[in-house]
Amino acid sequence: MAGFPLKQETHIAVAKAEEAVVKKLLFACAAFCIAITAGIVLVLLEETGQFFATVPVSEFLFGTTWTPLLDPRHFGVLPLVCGTLLISVGAGIVGIPAGLGAAIFLNDYAPEWFRNLVKPVLEILAGIPTVVYGYFAVETITPFMRSVIGEDVEVFNAASAAIVVGIMILPTIASLCDDALRAVPRSLRDGGYALGATKFEVSTQVAVPAALSGIIASFILGISRAFGETMAVTLAAGSTPRMGFNPFVSVQTLTAYIVQVSLGDTPAGTIEYKSIFAVGMLLFVTTLVFNLIAHYLVKKFRSVYE
Amino acid sequence: MNGANGIVLADAITTTKPKALRDEAVRAAWKPALVRRKISGEAFKFLTFGATIASVLILGFLLWTVAGNGASWVTWDFLNNFPSRFAAKAGLKSALFGSAWLAAFTALFAIPTGVGAAVYLEEFAQDTKLRKIIDINISNLAGVPSIIYGMLGLAVFVRFLGFGRSVLAGALTMSILILPIIIVAAREALKAVPQSIRHAAYGLGATRWQTIRAHVLPAAMPGIMTGVILSMSRATGETAPLILIGALNFVAFTPEGPLDSFTVLPIQIFNWASRPQDDFHSLAAAGILVLLAVLIATNAIAIAIRYRYQGKIRW
Repeated sequence: MAGFPLKQETHIAVAKAEEAVVKKLLFACAAFCIAITAGIVLVLLEETGQFFATVPVSEFLFGTTWTPLLDPRHFGVLPLVCGTLLISVGAGIVGIPAGLGAAIFLNDYAPEWFRNLVKPVLEILAGIPTVVYGYFAVETITPFMRSVIGEDVEVFNAASAAIVVGIMILPTIASLCDDALRAVPRSLRDGGYALGATKFEVSTQVAVPAALSGIIASFILGISRAFGETMAVTLAAGSTPRMGFNPFVSVQTLTAYIVQVSLGDTPAGTIEYKSIFAVGMLLFVTTLVFNLIAHYLVKKFRSVYE
Repeated sequence: MNGANGIVLADAITTTKPKALRDEAVRAAWKPALVRRKISGEAFKFLTFGATIASVLILGFLLWTVAGNGASWVTWDFLNNFPSRFAAKAGLKSALFGSAWLAAFTALFAIPTGVGAAVYLEEFAQDTKLRKIIDINISNLAGVPSIIYGMLGLAVFVRFLGFGRSVLAGALTMSILILPIIIVAAREALKAVPQSIRHAAYGLGATRWQTIRAHVLPAAMPGIMTGVILSMSRATGETAPLILIGALNFVAFTPEGPLDSFTVLPIQIFNWASRPQDDFHSLAAAGILVLLAVLIATNAIAIAIRYRYQGKIRW
């Protein structure tokens, strides 16, 4: 045996010992992910628990006034929820039709070279940092809306934030829908053509229904992303918590509130500090539920092709 | 068939006229319907094309706006100055250094952990319940809003472990944020290595770790590197978690150690963009151009690595 003059048994024993150690080390890395989730849940639970020691849960969940930083303090989170809903639904209105439409076009109508051109563009759109979208909303979209609609549109408004967030979720929806449509086997489409259907009919009455679970899941994941969006809404939508769904006035979302408090000087242990964790808990639970629903949809209702 | 044609068709079929006349009636009803179907098809094609081209146009418009506002502000002084109350004197130096320090430490923590987890999940783990739990965990973590990671980092790294508002706390937080991305990318790279390589090594008497270290990992390395670089580029653009950590807004120094406070490019851009003066908005645009340049450079490196090694590996 070449090399170090040890017996073969020693080589093997060393290798086995090494393997045992490495395996434990790598398992620790993998189990770390569970630790992360546990950490998130524990941190949120603890601070939220302390928060609810002072503020009753019913006031938080059902109150309609949110003034945690000014006296008299109110901790009703519904205005923030209104703001988040307004922007998420608005983003969905912008992103869902455009994303699905783009996916259908790329799948059924576009030639290969066009597809290869547009897919990287969508990836670039997805990779642009959200601050850039926020800047775009404040610098371009809001002034445009003000010039077209008039002074009714405030400097900070929900609509321009919703538009950019919609642009942000468009690539996600488009690529997930594209994957879902690609998975529909040619035989289904060919069957439609054989029965004399036009391309439009095959696309909307054969392909989309077959891929429906993936498509709906993509919508839910897109909306979930819009829920958690922070920087674009902080820059463009303002910091005025208010009830109601007027898209042309400034609102505050759950995420924007968290940023507002973090940018200020908030000592740990104060009620303001704990309030961001309560809001964060609400956000975390909501997006988790959305994501779980989306995954369940795909698992349970995915069309089974031969 | 719908509407009026249906009635015509039904009449045509159920009537007792001779077959030739019936066929003619069917054909007569079918033709206008087909024309209508084709028109709606063309309209649909136009609409979906519009949706597709809209995304390209929006990207172009966005870049054009940013470049128009900011290009003239990107000078060497801009890159070398610290932020200032005076727009003419403000610069990106602290943000650039901060981003670089953050990226270095994030890579230090995230790459070993992420690749290690991927190796375990792909090579060692049996298909047990625990592994399924870890898998579900990772895919859920990928969907958590980034600001939540900031809250985790604030509570655990800044306060509980006492690292304060430092590069270290920021790097640990960002590593946790990009961990799921690295794990997924590394697992894909490991999956792509053919089993024959592993079997050949086992056949020669190697242990599992020996095959991984000497054969599987090197073969998967280009894919892993690509995934790592893409996740780092994502980390460079993130703002919200670092605001939570306390990466400061107005920083006029560069970090000198991992426990120093810092700022990063996106936060500096955010700071400038939130000010009302137009000059600062132009500064923000200039900062965006620098940030986009950094991102394009990192992504280009990732793609270059992918292309360079795609040809080299011969299975």
